[in-house]
Amino acid sequence: MREVNVSEITSNIKEMCIEANHYLSPDMKKVFQEAVESEKSSLGKQVLDQLNENLDIAAADMIPICQDTGMAVVFINVGQDVHLVGGDITDAINEGVRQGYVEGYLRKSVVSDPIIRENTKDNTPAVIHYGIVPGDKVEITVAPKGFGSENMSRVFMLKPADGIEGVKEAILTAVKDAGPNACPPMVVGVGVGGTFEQCALLAKKALTRNLEEESPIEYVRELEAEMLEKINALGIGPGGLGGTKTALAVNVETYPTHIAGLPVGINICCHVNRHAHRVI
Amino acid sequence: MDRHINAPISDEDAKNLRAGDYVYITGTIYTARDAAHKRMAEALAAGEKLPIDMEGTIIYYMGPSPAREGRPIGSAGPTTASRMDKYAPDLLDLGLKGMIGKGKRSQSVQDAIVRNGAVYFAAVGGAGALLSKRILASEVIAYDDLGTEAIRKLEVEDFPVIVVIDSEGNNLYETVVKEF
Ligand code: SF4
Repeated sequence: MREVNVSEITSNIKEMCIEANHYLSPDMKKVFQEAVESEKSSLGKQVLDQLNENLDIAAADMIPICQDTGMAVVFINVGQDVHLVGGDITDAINEGVRQGYVEGYLRKSVVSDPIIRENTKDNTPAVIHYGIVPGDKVEITVAPKGFGSENMSRVFMLKPADGIEGVKEAILTAVKDAGPNACPPMVVGVGVGGTFEQCALLAKKALTRNLEEESPIEYVRELEAEMLEKINALGIGPGGLGGTKTALAVNVETYPTHIAGLPVGINICCHVNRHAHRVI
Repeated sequence: MDRHINAPISDEDAKNLRAGDYVYITGTIYTARDAAHKRMAEALAAGEKLPIDMEGTIIYYMGPSPAREGRPIGSAGPTTASRMDKYAPDLLDLGLKGMIGKGKRSQSVQDAIVRNGAVYFAAVGGAGALLSKRILASEVIAYDDLGTEAIRKLEVEDFPVIVVIDSEGNNLYETVVKEF
């Protein structure tokens, strides 16, 4: 048994909220660079140049990359040989989000009730996904999610007979509908299989996958490549102002499902695909 | 074509801008997003005066992140405009001449733009750090309790936007997609 004090989780989450909102991960920066080089529209190129400059300014002057610093989505995998001490883990995570958003000059975008809509003024609560895994480590991913793109996300409950062609159509439909609203170039997270809620969660997880990591499943790799090409052929382009770079990446995750179903979750993310990752 | 205009915007400038023009705005603009629009609609319904004069005004759909010490504003990029579609036609009929946001608009907004010789601009979504550099001053002038959603008066210099819907009803989002 390894003891981990939850205060350590608080301080890490605080730093990760700030980090994710000011710096993109190296894999995101790399696809950005490639996008600038390959974009065929001159207006599209201009937009991508602006976005690149924006990343430099954000890092140099500590101004958030985007003013929508998101709702904090936290994935936390706790090793089963870890004993968490010092308080309630959920409170500790929310305290980290609170400190990060208040002390880090991040925008408070969370309301306490979806209908009454009073701002909680500290961006809590976070959306937290717990996992229990082997080992004695605590693995945390903080992924602040903006809602311009979140609002364009979809779940389709397809029929088994729709097959992979149905999945492709669902992805293209979601991306077309999102268009300029989702701040393209987008990153498209797709979850195929599981249940209604599982496919959405897989899609969210897909967004946090390192873009240099390949899926171990052959048809998934092919699907990702084909969809990236088809999405970029839609012509929506950077900022929706026309061009050949509508998506930077398509990440697909799969899970076993029921004999009667083919759930597909599509979580659209903008080019500010933020995630910080740490192991404690 | 590149153009430089002043805000508030003159009827003539608003009429002459064309979808696809790259425009640099200098002058005074106001921010308002979801909650502020809801309040303005409620004020109009109650027969009350709006906190800003709409004549020639440009509204920027934006809720900034907090400013660090010594800066006028934090990150300051556009939010999705379609959420304001329900409210925009009434404001356009009251003299609102320009809106800055990102994303598609409804047909009724497009009709109100044409009817009033107005214009819808897009700023680049997700470029909030860069755009904040073109904002020289920011002051909350109404609905302070709404936090980031309060109405702010901004002084901007060469604020970069692109005309998406012009006073003739041309829509850049629709035309450009066909080219690629
Ligand atoms: S969709 Fe992304 S880039 Fe666009 S405003 Fe929201 S967080 Fe920012």
